Amino acid sequence: MKTTEKKLPPVSEISVLILALIVTGGVYLAAHLPKHTSLTPTTITVVVSGILVLANLFLLSKIANFAWETFFLVAKWTLLAYAIFAGALEFIFIKDGTRGSLLVLMSATLLIFAINLPIHFGFTVARYVAD
Amino acid sequence: MAHDVVAPPSGPGVDFKIVPTKALPAVAVVYIGLIIAVATNRLWALDFFHVVGGACWTAIDLFLGFIIGPIIGRMSIPARVEFSKRFMPKMVLLMPTLVIATLAGGWQLARHEGFILASDKHHGWVVGSMIVVGVMAVIALGFLEPANIAVLFELKKEKPNGEVIAKLMKRFLYTAGLTGAMQVATLIIMTRIATL
Repeated sequence: MKTTEKKLPPVSEISVLILALIVTGGVYLAAHLPKHTSLTPTTITVVVSGILVLANLFLLSKIANFAWETFFLVAKWTLLAYAIFAGALEFIFIKDGTRGSLLVLMSATLLIFAINLPIHFGFTVARYVAD
Repeated sequence: MAHDVVAPPSGPGVDFKIVPTKALPAVAVVYIGLIIAVATNRLWALDFFHVVGGACWTAIDLFLGFIIGPIIGRMSIPARVEFSKRFMPKMVLLMPTLVIATLAGGWQLARHEGFILASDKHHGWVVGSMIVVGVMAVIALGFLEPANIAVLFELKKEKPNGEVIAKLMKRFLYTAGLTGAMQVATLIIMTRIATL
């Protein structure tokens, strides 16, 4: 059996970059709590990450003859698992009294995190499945 | 290596569950306990989840990265397959559960004790631990966990591809070694915080 060697777009690489941006933005905010700090750096990482997620979805939509069944199988269960994680973290932020634009930013971060990982996991598994 | 091209076992002998569903109730118990600990903000409960989760996570990463990893790396493909199909499904549930318990417990604990305040003497070390954990999260979620899942899917096939398994296992083992090395930094930071 031969490995699926066809050229695929850099979906995994972009997903890892999104993950790195999300983590960087999150650590920046957490490191400055509770004093008021500029939300600009984290806003930039969130916006860029959001754009990259959309770019990844576009790249995925352009792939012909992909193992979509495997992709969606992995993606849906990963989405469930990381939606629970993101929900638990959202609960902690709210419980800790995070409100306003900071909460919006943290929620957007968690949303991108929960959407990015299913794409990444689904793509990584599906790319090795023969057509 | 010569054994990388040896065909892995195939057929009905490789049947196993990618997600060990029997363990899901145990995972649910941990999550419910964690939510109660955060909601009630009890110091002992938060400390329990952070210390127990962190100790297990660190020990497993170090053991996997420096003991088990090099051993698996020297095994033949059929032996790796036999090991992986029993070992890796357990990691699918175990590691994310330990990580979320450690981080959620740790964050609340740091908040409870005031360690996250910029004025606190522990703050620099806490930020250092956040950076280490952040890098580990990128490695684990970006490389290690997807490789783990992909290996399991490959093993589920009627005729698993030895090349794919070898490639993904190599990635799994390198990243496990890397996170194992980063856990040493975590140990230094955590013992420093505890003794400041």
